[in-house]
Amino acid sequence: MSRLTISAAGHTNAVSLTVFIVLFLVVTVVGFLAARWRRAENPLHLDEWGLGGRGFGTIVSWFLLGGDLYTAYTFIAVPALVYGVGAAGFYAVPYTILAWPLVFLFLPRLWSVARSKGYVTLADFARGRYGSRYLALAVALTGILATMPYIALQLVGIQAVLDTMDIGGSSGFAKDLPLLLAFAVLAAYTYSSGLRAPALIAFVKDTLVYIVVLVAVIYIPIRLGGYGQIFHESAAALAKTSPATGKPRGSLVTGPSAQWAYATLAMGSAMALFLYPHSATGLLAAKSRNTVRRNLALLPAYSLMLGLLSLLGFMAIAAGIGKGVTGYNAQLAVPQLFARMFPSWFAGVAFAAIGIGALVPAAIMSIAAANLFTRNVYREFLKPDATAAQQTQVAKLASLVVKLGALGFVLGIDKQFSINLQLLGGIWILQTFPAIVSGLFSKWLHPWALLAGWAAGMAYGTWTAYGVAAAGKPHSHFGGSSATIPLIGQIGYVGVTAFVLNLAVAVVGTLLLRAFKAPGGRDETVPADYQLGLAPEPASPVG
Amino acid sequence: MADTAPSAPLSGPPPAPAVGLPVITPTRVVCGILLLAPFVALFWVNSYARLRPAFIGIPFFYWYQLLWVIVSGVFTGGAYLLIRREEARRRADPPPGAGNGSSGADGGTDGAPTEGAGR
Repeated sequence: MSRLTISAAGHTNAVSLTVFIVLFLVVTVVGFLAARWRRAENPLHLDEWGLGGRGFGTIVSWFLLGGDLYTAYTFIAVPALVYGVGAAGFYAVPYTILAWPLVFLFLPRLWSVARSKGYVTLADFARGRYGSRYLALAVALTGILATMPYIALQLVGIQAVLDTMDIGGSSGFAKDLPLLLAFAVLAAYTYSSGLRAPALIAFVKDTLVYIVVLVAVIYIPIRLGGYGQIFHESAAALAKTSPATGKPRGSLVTGPSAQWAYATLAMGSAMALFLYPHSATGLLAAKSRNTVRRNLALLPAYSLMLGLLSLLGFMAIAAGIGKGVTGYNAQLAVPQLFARMFPSWFAGVAFAAIGIGALVPAAIMSIAAANLFTRNVYREFLKPDATAAQQTQVAKLASLVVKLGALGFVLGIDKQFSINLQLLGGIWILQTFPAIVSGLFSKWLHPWALLAGWAAGMAYGTWTAYGVAAAGKPHSHFGGSSATIPLIGQIGYVGVTAFVLNLAVAVVGTLLLRAFKAPGGRDETVPADYQLGLAPEPASPVG
Repeated sequence: MADTAPSAPLSGPPPAPAVGLPVITPTRVVCGILLLAPFVALFWVNSYARLRPAFIGIPFFYWYQLLWVIVSGVFTGGAYLLIRREEARRRADPPPGAGNGSSGADGGTDGAPTEGAGR
């Protein structure tokens, strides 16, 4: 489908392509060299491969978490959404604003207990806190399930760039060859270097992204006649009636009926952010509790970048990208905007920023999913006496399997299916919130009740999202993530509604189970575990 | 609630403190407000769902939220510095009769977060 639109972007530009390939080769070398970086005395332990030795300081963590959370798909999809509907797509900005103060409340405790008890995954924590291997399994499987399509979407991001550069043959295998190559390289250095590879590459990625975004938000408006002109043309384009729905395409501000959806999407996404396995992996790799907290205060710099980036959606409208193309693939809006606006060498830099921006999170996500499988499925259910070296080996292999699965999604199955699944993934991962976050403060909720709440939230969320039809297609499914909230009657994010149901079931279930004196699991943590490293380091009073 | 630690801010009922400073201190109240403010501001979508006044051509809806990125970052950073300062005070000024090890257990691990910790 996207092939149809390529001709609009022109032919392969040799300069862009050369810059892209050179930068790609640089990070490949960095990725393999990373295996030697800060090598520890015990390279066979899963902490080494899966958490980079748990020794990353403030700066490395900042680049790693930023490179991890702000993915290539974000760079492509957020502006694409703004390009498509206007203001409603801007919810990503309040989302990334709210995420930081929210997680400031509980992530330091999570880091402390994980370091104190040697937890590698969030499911490890659920296992230790509630003494329930099945609750841990639910958390682990939810994480793996939510991560797979997310990795697939990173490949969609790379593909959008490759399509815009028009590289690869015209059909079949040749078309997919560049993607396969990029992927093989990624898999190889993740296998050999573990979390150290994306941590080092993140420096390159984030530097490139910051440069590209800063140049884009200054240079492109100058070429398009200023922000006033950009928004003027966007307003006109968004007000046009869409033939599919009979309604305007979008608007420059959220209408009264869309405000609940806007706020709940921002809230639910913020709550979900650090429940994703790759976020937790990036977090647990930090070397001290203060590294974590300092980072939560510094990471909003990325939110500013994301906010500026989403304005690119309007610039693409104003530049006439995709104008008049029926069935235009909005995912191509940003790469094509770069191709049209920038000199070709800088377009190459911008494409590399997006492409490398896909590799960092894809690597961390596959490591995180592999950690979950190894710790909470393999060691818990299959081979309880696995040695540290065996765990590392299994995790390395699992990371390959996860990536192959994601590749299968992109190449074999409809791309739209990955996008639907990723949308579902957000709803699903939110259902682990009660077990993890309430567990950090209290063990009052009963593990069986949490499990019941999780099941209720998963079922309700999936079923409701299935029933959402895409705009203009009455009988389609998974058309969006917002639906009417029962009792309130407003349109809101399904994930949040399912979460409220989940929590209600967990609380009621706990009251019932406690009334019948059902046995709870054994809690292996003690209060001091949650405060490990609490006191500030004496040497650095200013932070 | 026996395991609710003294650093547990804001959420849940106030636990029985094990240390000298009370659980709800002025610093924590200020931090709570700093962390809560972005939620109040951004959930109130109707307060910024407007086009004017524009800033360098960018409608109010967009620049106002971008401004909150910076404001929220400053607030979270402020909360971090305030909490750190108070933790230093808690440590420097051990509470009378706090013998349950809650604050004593912290001291051994910071400063030297070795690679081997937690294994």
